[in-house]
Amino acid sequence: MEQSLKFHSKVADLPRPVKNYLNNDPGIWSWMTTIDHKRIGVMYLVGVMSAFLIGGIFALLVRLSLLTTHHTIFGIQVTAEVYNRMFTLHGAIMVFLFIIPSVPAALGNFVLPLMLGAKDVAFPRLNLASFYLWVTGAVMAVASMIIGAVDTGWTFYTPYSTTTSGTVTLMTMAVFVLGFSSIFTGINFVATVHKLRAPGMGWFDMPLFVWGIYSTAIIQVLATPVLGITLVLLALERVFNIGIFDPKIGGDPVLFQHFFWFYSHPAVYIMILPGMAIISELIPTFSKKTMFGYRAVAYSSVSLALLSFIVWGHHMFVAGQSQLATVVFSALTFLVAIPSGVKMFNWLGTMYKGNISLETPMLYAISFLLLFAIGGLTGIFLGTLSVDVHLTDTYFVVAHFHYVMMGGTVIAFIGGVHYWWPKMTGRMYSEKWGAIGCALVFWGFNQTFLTQFFLGSKGMPRRYYNYLDQFQPLHAFSTYGSWILGAGLFLTAINLLASLRKPMDAPDNPWGGTTLEWTTSSPPITHNFEDQPVLERAPYDYRPEVVAHQ
Amino acid sequence: MSTSTADLQHGQGHSDDPHHQHHFADMEQQFDTSKIGMWLFLATEVLLFGGLFVGFGLMQARYPQEFIEAHEHLQRPLGALNTVVLLISSFTMVMGVNAAQRGDKKKLVMFLTLTIICACIFLGVKYFEYSHKFEEHLLPPRWYHAQATDTVRDAQGNVSHGYGTFFAFYFMMTGLHGIHILVGIFLLAWIAVRANRGEFSHAYYTPVDLVGLYWHLVDLIWIYLFPLYYLIK
Repeated sequence: MEQSLKFHSKVADLPRPVKNYLNNDPGIWSWMTTIDHKRIGVMYLVGVMSAFLIGGIFALLVRLSLLTTHHTIFGIQVTAEVYNRMFTLHGAIMVFLFIIPSVPAALGNFVLPLMLGAKDVAFPRLNLASFYLWVTGAVMAVASMIIGAVDTGWTFYTPYSTTTSGTVTLMTMAVFVLGFSSIFTGINFVATVHKLRAPGMGWFDMPLFVWGIYSTAIIQVLATPVLGITLVLLALERVFNIGIFDPKIGGDPVLFQHFFWFYSHPAVYIMILPGMAIISELIPTFSKKTMFGYRAVAYSSVSLALLSFIVWGHHMFVAGQSQLATVVFSALTFLVAIPSGVKMFNWLGTMYKGNISLETPMLYAISFLLLFAIGGLTGIFLGTLSVDVHLTDTYFVVAHFHYVMMGGTVIAFIGGVHYWWPKMTGRMYSEKWGAIGCALVFWGFNQTFLTQFFLGSKGMPRRYYNYLDQFQPLHAFSTYGSWILGAGLFLTAINLLASLRKPMDAPDNPWGGTTLEWTTSSPPITHNFEDQPVLERAPYDYRPEVVAHQ
Repeated sequence: MSTSTADLQHGQGHSDDPHHQHHFADMEQQFDTSKIGMWLFLATEVLLFGGLFVGFGLMQARYPQEFIEAHEHLQRPLGALNTVVLLISSFTMVMGVNAAQRGDKKKLVMFLTLTIICACIFLGVKYFEYSHKFEEHLLPPRWYHAQATDTVRDAQGNVSHGYGTFFAFYFMMTGLHGIHILVGIFLLAWIAVRANRGEFSHAYYTPVDLVGLYWHLVDLIWIYLFPLYYLIK
């Protein structure tokens, strides 16, 4: 702590500008029509956090109804159908409305141009269009649950999704629209990274956050259209019964699974790569040490993006794929462990003998390392054919992807929100309550989901609204964990929001960061920088002589 | 593209060109960036169609005989005519972009108009082809009526679903392509109107160039669709 104070005290703060991006041109209308990437990022942040709240409430309800074998919520009976709707809404909202846009569209929008020393993203109006498409998709998704309901799970597998009642068509069209929102963000970021880097910033002078977001953007551009056409086919199948997926009239339901996972496996990397990107910022900043193996981490992001396109078959080991395809997909899946491991060890190598200060963002980063290690390693279990056949569709799978998605991405996202909060709002939150919140989240998360590995390996199938008595203690333990997790997240939200009541007290560079966003004022002016920044110091260069020179 | 709002919100541009957006250092960087954006968008289009191409391939492997017999019902001369029409439209588009680069407003408007005419001819021909399919009930499986020439049948004499599957893909892929032609017509009309107002010059013709790229991709997809459907062997 002392060390980090020393770091940033050496850099004199710029005089706080009277007009920043928040109070320049105030008024609702000015915000609604803004093309400032920072404001769009903030609007996205509000949006995805609202989605997180709704999805989280559904998650708590799902856990609550599993507390006992009576499947009730506050005494109200939960039927199988209602249960199906609850987990579908939880999954669909969390995946499509929250996690996919969370880091790129909310934090990425705010930070990426700042890190590049640019005034804005390449296509500011496309950026705003992307936000409104997200809002449209969100309204459609919420409408589909108010008008009717969707009980297919977030994967919309045929033939169930084409025959069940409810508002599946509206929900798939909502996801279609959200896909375009995601594509526009991706196009914007790729073009921005290619053309708007500050003078002097080569590809390997970019912060690793940018590398991660860039790799994500490539997947967003290349994979999302396939989901789009798949959902159109699904809607056509549902409305007109055109016979692509319906085996009764010559179609093939497994074709849907291939199409779906060809998008949705890369989508998993759309979710985790930005999380890794944040961690690659937090670790060197709070270890005050040059990033270990910068190039390896940069390349590993790109190679994860490429690998993500050739492993989709591991979702279908028991879906009637040919044996050859199954073996090949299993082997390819193991390759994913290589770039993931490269990242993991480079982060640890960066921390080794570093000057580590345990502020809230770093607490989240360390939580990420522990949780992602569990999530990643259990992924190898599931990639192994013989084990997977046993564990398919059990709670083991549920626990695995929650460790990656929630323990990985969401933890990194919350860490990132804490990290850039002073830059976004100009205010410091309470370190004490931030740390307590992080501890509760970490504890609650593990109690909820580590338990589910045991449930799964004992044979508890996923997506069942009831279970045998023998599973009850573990289910109850997991549900208690979800309450602690919920309380931790609630506390964290209150802590962040409470800081908004304070006057602006954040220094320009509260953590001693080395990337360009810390060289402008907190919060930044509308143009980001008073003068076009020129890159003189490589990112994460914490050599004492360089820091002294600053 | 035009950026009056950008300048209002973000302050002054640096160059005199009214099209210059403030966050770009110069017009060249702005033009290159727009092109990258368009190419990325075209990549998404390729993958959008790509899924359908893969689906077609899988179903063709499953129903090889049905697909060959079904394709005999397509009107090859009309398909060929449309291919020629689109190739001509690609040529007129190139000439249009060339006219824009030289700042020749009259030629630009003329070539854009010719391109629009070609696009309309394409859709007209497609209309006749579609109505023929509807009359003959050459439709997706649910509405498909067996033809005398269909040889793949089960013991009860019911024709295979593969025939209908062929037409399901035919309507989806050519339909999606047709929608792209329709969008193209609107885009071409939009830049033709702007060109007529004299908004483009040799210094600024980005929209013409980008719509041109889009139009070539739409043509290119048809170049793949035509042999895929009309020339199966």
